[in-house]
Amino acid sequence: MSTTEILFFFLSALALFSASMVLISKNPVHSVLWLVVTFFAISGHYILLNAQFLAIVNIIVYAGAIMVLFLFVIMLMNLNQQNEPQKNLWMKLAGVISGGCFLMVFVSLVRQALEIKTKVAMTTGGDIGLIKNLGRVLFSDYVVPFEITSVLFLSAMVGAIVMGKKD
Amino acid sequence: MTLLSLDMLLVLEKLVLIVIIVFASLGIALYTTFAERKVAAILQDRPGPERAGPFGLFQPLADGLKLIMKEEIIPNSSNKALFILGPGLAMTAALMTCAVIPWGSTVHLFGREIDLQIADINIGILYVFGVVSLGVYGIMIGGWASNNKFSLMAALRGASQAISYELAMGIALIALLMTTNTLSLKEIVDQQMAPGHLWNIAYQPLGFLLFFICAMAECNRTPFDLPEAENELNFGYHQEYSSMKLGFYLFSEYINMIMSSAIMASLYFGGFDIPFFDEKVLPQNIAALVGLGALLIKIVVFIFIFMWIRWTIPRFRYDQLMNLGWKSLIPLALANMLATGAWILYFG
Repeated sequence: MSTTEILFFFLSALALFSASMVLISKNPVHSVLWLVVTFFAISGHYILLNAQFLAIVNIIVYAGAIMVLFLFVIMLMNLNQQNEPQKNLWMKLAGVISGGCFLMVFVSLVRQALEIKTKVAMTTGGDIGLIKNLGRVLFSDYVVPFEITSVLFLSAMVGAIVMGKKD
Repeated sequence: MTLLSLDMLLVLEKLVLIVIIVFASLGIALYTTFAERKVAAILQDRPGPERAGPFGLFQPLADGLKLIMKEEIIPNSSNKALFILGPGLAMTAALMTCAVIPWGSTVHLFGREIDLQIADINIGILYVFGVVSLGVYGIMIGGWASNNKFSLMAALRGASQAISYELAMGIALIALLMTTNTLSLKEIVDQQMAPGHLWNIAYQPLGFLLFFICAMAECNRTPFDLPEAENELNFGYHQEYSSMKLGFYLFSEYINMIMSSAIMASLYFGGFDIPFFDEKVLPQNIAALVGLGALLIKIVVFIFIFMWIRWTIPRFRYDQLMNLGWKSLIPLALANMLATGAWILYFG
């Protein structure tokens, strides 16, 4: 096995394990922290694909900002005590079966997709993820969606301020 | 010597470098605590610690020994795993920054060219930013896991302060990046060393001021030490901590201070550049060592300014802190960014 393969399998195992821990943990704070670990594993994958900018932005935005806000809310609401109603066993079983079916369909769909079948991930080459190229593409080919997204964010901010006003 | 298509000598070289830098940072941090007490003493016109060893030089060792020997108390109602994770995380996040700081130019040793930088990644500054944004977790987890209202309030304060000031810091950085055209710290330092190019402070004076204020807030230094405002919150987010766990929290603050000083020196004050002097006339190894010395001197000066401010200015009130961050620093940073952009567009 090459180094890349070892790293890939390690990161994948870490991502899957921490993602399932997000669901299994009973304490919401633990869930959030496991989610942060998941983001780190995914960032590791980005680095394997030589997309360093994407990797670090993923950490700054998701792990550094959004998850901190999640923690904020959870800590302030004091969800320590488990007052969540326990669902009965049949409900859980039905959930597992339907979720598993969906996963199976999803995996088979992805495996057969032509776009994935014919392409191989570029693990060492490929420099579209570097900040220079990404910036060029964002400000030339995708400039309109990019700017519209920023308008969307602005409106969300204005909305938050309006809702947060006291009167 | 290769294993798994990795050059093992390179791995070894980097490992040695990491060990040296981490232990050097810890050592400097140890003596920064001593310097803090001495500077405070001088500013308040008293002798300060002077009993342990000559000039009290062994004081930090005695303090460290005391912290390690103290009884370890983990509160019964705390979340044990997270309670232990908190200080470790604070320390890790503080130390991780050192990976991208260029501590000097290249050294020629054992027939190898050794960069005095652990990793020259092309997103260096963003990496620093990412690590800084993770530093909040140490405070938040520690404060929450203690299961103490004061700790929780302090943790929330600390986190909201860090998030608020990260914004202004980021925008101040963008203005700098517009002039440098690169994110790699090594390249930024090299640019400033080039003949005919001044240090970045000359191009971005306002940006540096904003960055400095924000760095002070990120380090939770007075006047921004609201998370540990003892007259409001008893002791802050580390109230329930004892022994070396408390020591880790206190220590990580000093390491943060060293790292942010190193980053400010690299970004705005030429890093390991010696002013008015061409390093190329010196032999390579000596030039690298002298450069390292120059960077350390700059770091010490910054640390002294941090302390000077701490013992001069009183703590902000919480609303003053938020007003300063959101209503002064961010508009100023935005104006600075726009002015820089306009300058580049019309004169660049």
